[in-house]
Amino acid sequence: MKEIDELISYTGKTGFEPSVLSDSETAHLVIKAHRVLSYRETEGVKMEARESPDGVELLLSIKEGWKIKKPIHLCFGLLHRRGTQRIKLKALLEKGSSAKFIAHCIFPNAEEVTHIMDADIRVGQDAMMMYSETHYHGVSSGAVVKPKAVVKAERNSRYYTEFNLRDGLVGDLELDYQVLAEEESIVELTAKVFGHKRDQIKIKEGITLKGMNARGLIKTRVALEGNAQAEVIGITEGMAEGARGHVDCMEVVKDNATARAIPVVRVTHPKAKVTHEAAIGSIDRKQLETLMAHGLSPEEAVDTIVKGILR
Amino acid sequence: MDLLELRDITFRANGKYILNGLSLTVRYNEVHALLGTNGTGKSTLAYLIMGCSGYKPSSGEILFEGKKINELTLYERAKLGICLAWQEPVRFEGISVRDYISVHNKDIDPAPFLELVGLHPELYLDREVDKTLSGGERKRIELASVLALNPKLAILDEPDSGIDMLSTDDIIRVIEMFKKSGSSVLLITHREEIALISDRASQLCGGRIFYSGEPERVAEMFKSRRCLICDGEVCKDERD
Ligand SMILES: Nc1ncnc2c1ncn2[C@@H]1O[C@H](COP(=O)(O)OP(=O)(O)O)[C@@H](O)[C@H]1O
Ligand SMILES: [Mg+2]
Repeated sequence: MKEIDELISYTGKTGFEPSVLSDSETAHLVIKAHRVLSYRETEGVKMEARESPDGVELLLSIKEGWKIKKPIHLCFGLLHRRGTQRIKLKALLEKGSSAKFIAHCIFPNAEEVTHIMDADIRVGQDAMMMYSETHYHGVSSGAVVKPKAVVKAERNSRYYTEFNLRDGLVGDLELDYQVLAEEESIVELTAKVFGHKRDQIKIKEGITLKGMNARGLIKTRVALEGNAQAEVIGITEGMAEGARGHVDCMEVVKDNATARAIPVVRVTHPKAKVTHEAAIGSIDRKQLETLMAHGLSPEEAVDTIVKGILR
Repeated sequence: MDLLELRDITFRANGKYILNGLSLTVRYNEVHALLGTNGTGKSTLAYLIMGCSGYKPSSGEILFEGKKINELTLYERAKLGICLAWQEPVRFEGISVRDYISVHNKDIDPAPFLELVGLHPELYLDREVDKTLSGGERKRIELASVLALNPKLAILDEPDSGIDMLSTDDIIRVIEMFKKSGSSVLLITHREEIALISDRASQLCGGRIFYSGEPERVAEMFKSRRCLICDGEVCKDERD
């Protein structure tokens, strides 16, 4: 089997549509371990990659004013049972550009696999970036995954990101996203993770609302069962007039799982406003009873509620 | 044999009698209105019949189609054909109205049920059953979902209360639909004009059924009641 086909064979778990690889109007980049297996640039989309012994250094840029219609697909995979993959990503959306990225991160056989993503992202003035990533870490709990991003959302830009890990085991996850939001920008960070067995989940997301009227939302949904543990830290800082921020964290736990939520709101300008809500607990009894009254078994009811929360 | 029979039900919580010697029957294909002021124990009775957690009769029997169901779980009772539409239906994040109405059977087309409760399917099917719905919208969707379930017994806990409540006409239409599909309805309400659309009615007062019979008679008695909030004292000596 060709290497790329082997990698692609696992991507159903993250909702990857292999036909995008042959579409000449869709930009894509496929990295396995420390090698670039396939990539395509399209008009307005530039990619540069440099392979290193244990990873790849990437430069992605969207040219000024270009609105990229079709989502850009990124695939980062490591199929070995042991190994390390280090991705250094620099992304730049130039002034007035817009693009949607769909990333698939696949470590299906992980027994001792480390994946480190170090992203440095700049969303230029009036630009819009959507970054949606879906992970699959296999079923042996052997992945150590550390996605880290430092983002600057410039004047009147939009930055939306979504992190999904809902299938299989998590392993050890340490997510750390920090965003600086300038004047009139809008930032939304969403993370949805389902932890099982001995999974360890740490999610830390921060938005600094530095510019006037900057807006930020941090939304986290975590479901836990078995002995999984999660800690969610959402930090929003309002530093300018009209800045508005909200932190919304919900964690549902079953069995012996434990969850912590630490919403931190800080306001250093009298005309900034930051709010937060955090709900941690077992699955709502009234929700369960309502679904059972509709004929679902207790297990089906739990499953339906958890799927809804993580959707 | 009646569809539902409650025999001498007593329910105590925190040392206080909420229901005390309550007996009631709901017949097959009957719309039975249960009238009572706020705080008389109407919702409590609904939870006892459905089998909600924390609601087991302290004494007395609940019979469904002649079989005692006191020991059955909520899920087992639902499987027998009992369903409850809560007074304040709970919200669900990430579940669409479409999926909610057909949650028990993916093959059901939810659209006609939404129309029956006065909601345009194209505006609602893809919305979530979450906190963005108004109280009235949520209640309508709950009624639609219970209709879609086609239960033997639908317990509707105050479908007529709330801020943007259903009109009496809406309620009549929904109730008729239940009757047409062969369901019995225990229609809980504190509005006597709603009770008038039932086949039979009962008045709950002081933890017991004060009177069961003709809806007109029950509505009349309820209207002329002397207690605004039930304390079980005023009518204590009047009941049969
Ligand atoms: N589990 C419970 N524990 C203690 N008190 C309860 C419980 N459930 C209901 N009650 C009390 O019982 C009374 C009846 O409540 P409810 O059934 O909600 O009345 P209704 O639906 O007729 O307005 C109220 O005084 C309520 O506070
Ligand atoms: Mg009530």
